[in-house]
Amino acid sequence: MVTAEEVWAALEEIPDPEIPVVSLVDLGVIRSVDVSDGRVRVAFTPTFLGCPALEFMKRAIEERVPEAEVEVVQDDSWSTDKITAAGREKLRAAGFAPPAPRLVQIQSQVHRCPYCGSPETRLENLFGPTPCRSLRYCESCRQPFEQFKTI
Amino acid sequence: MNELLLGLADDELVIGWRDSEWTGIAPMLEEDVAFSSIAQNEIGHARAVYELLSDDADALAFDRDPTEYRCAPLVQLHLLDWAHTIARRWLYEVADEIRIGALMDEVPVAAKINREEAYHRMHAEMWHERLKAEPRFRDAVAELWPYALGVLQPEQRAELAARVGLDEVAAVERGTFDDSFAPLHDEMTMVRRSAPAGAQW
Repeated sequence: MVTAEEVWAALEEIPDPEIPVVSLVDLGVIRSVDVSDGRVRVAFTPTFLGCPALEFMKRAIEERVPEAEVEVVQDDSWSTDKITAAGREKLRAAGFAPPAPRLVQIQSQVHRCPYCGSPETRLENLFGPTPCRSLRYCESCRQPFEQFKTI
Repeated sequence: MNELLLGLADDELVIGWRDSEWTGIAPMLEEDVAFSSIAQNEIGHARAVYELLSDDADALAFDRDPTEYRCAPLVQLHLLDWAHTIARRWLYEVADEIRIGALMDEVPVAAKINREEAYHRMHAEMWHERLKAEPRFRDAVAELWPYALGVLQPEQRAELAARVGLDEVAAVERGTFDDSFAPLHDEMTMVRRSAPAGAQW
């Protein structure tokens, strides 16, 4: 029988299908892992409801941890605040501006460039290649970049 | 409550479908991306709510007769004009915010939907700011106003009127169907109807 630690370690290795630099654990979508009574249960929360990656994520968990029963929790427990510190750093390193914490975002309205750190950026489009991203442009280093939306 | 949720899901499915009609032909590339993305979100919201109501969301979404849908006439309209399209997006988002706000305490997924809708509202509000003084946009809002009222329960309409800044008039109610809805339904259900038994995707 696997242990909960082994299941977490396996989940750490499953990349997000659309932003593969972060794992499902980095993304904060694994709500709980329960190993008891001879069963393995993984509770998983969607990011954006219309995200086509959801099915892929669920299938990837089932393939990587075949004994797991995957429960999709359709409540409001996931927000971008659930993305781990390590996940944020990986996003930044890959050129995605990580989502600011909700409170900070609402109060400051500042979006920093993931390349040069400048706050002098402007919105190009609220919407981007996937539901979770906006497009911005950095006035300082003149780079367009993708901003992970704060939700 | 189930009737309310079915109306919400049908609204989201149908407006998602109508908004996706701009994919590839919107007047600007940014709007092409925005409308496609908004449509994807709305259809995702529809699915989440259908899943609350049924074990088979696809069957609920696509196997009913056109007259069994509970979508508001506002979302059914086949709009080919950008001023009307933006007027509908704005009116729909203002109405939807009132409706979702009232559901959030009882329906956990409504709170999740609300997080995503915040971006639709920003988009609609940006356009409203830009166009609100234009006669063509104002005419479109006036024309769609009775339809917008029909998105909400009667007791919620005064709030919509206050936010939009128009007087309450007789609403075009759910249960009435625009002539363009039957052809839309035909198109929406085409793949499902034509799939052989046992097909998987």
